[in-house]
Amino acid sequence: MPVPILKQGRYLIASVQSALTDEDLLQLRETLTTMVGQHRSRGVMVDVTVLDVVDSFAARTLRNLAYMCRLRGAETVIAGIQPEVAFAMVQLGLNLEGTRTTLDLEAGLAYLRVRTRRNARHG
Amino acid sequence: MAEEIKAPIGSDVDTVTARQRGRALARELGFSSGDAVRIATAISEVARNMLAYAKHGEIVLRTLCEGNRTGLLIIARDEGPGIPDVELAMQDGYSTSRGLGLGLPGAKRLMDEFEIVSRVGAGTTVTMKKWGARGGHGNR
Repeated sequence: MPVPILKQGRYLIASVQSALTDEDLLQLRETLTTMVGQHRSRGVMVDVTVLDVVDSFAARTLRNLAYMCRLRGAETVIAGIQPEVAFAMVQLGLNLEGTRTTLDLEAGLAYLRVRTRRNARHG
Repeated sequence: MAEEIKAPIGSDVDTVTARQRGRALARELGFSSGDAVRIATAISEVARNMLAYAKHGEIVLRTLCEGNRTGLLIIARDEGPGIPDVELAMQDGYSTSRGLGLGLPGAKRLMDEFEIVSRVGAGTTVTMKKWGARGGHGNR
């Protein structure tokens, strides 16, 4: 099931609506990386509020997604990891180091605004 | 309340189904939402391993009642190639498929009891248990 992606100015906002299969995650990664180019996006937000499980594959794919978008000039934020999911991730030994995570969509957009302004200033 | 649920694993969609059923059963048994997520995550990890190496297998979920404690038993079994060195596979970071190598040792950390039996050419069975359910809706 494809994840709906909205374009909001220079940002892309992907809102996960349901549980994602490994294939869905890979598709999301490809789609966002491509759209960054199509829309010259400076920021990407992936809202995972609804995601019930972030396992090793999901963590790795999200981290790769963020890095691939960064390679194309867009800052990525993963927003909305739920407390139980965060706990399981830590227990599992996962880390999203290098990937910005925020509490929710609102905090994520605020972060992107600051970040993309700073990036624009420093070329 | 279901006594036993069998979930075939043949695709990544099956993995999602299995972990959702695991999570639902865990909630039904009275596990906390945190434990339910841990259970679902452990199922996801072992199911993925199964899919990657054995291509297909099955996950069995069974309610456990021992004295006054309630728990959930998860058996992930396949007739795949088997794991040549189980001890190696249980080390963090060891992966033969460019993965993170956290699947099996990670699942072990998420659960209370964990056992893996594997024979090259015969298949693999992972048995995991989680205790601490507060009892299902029928147990008052």
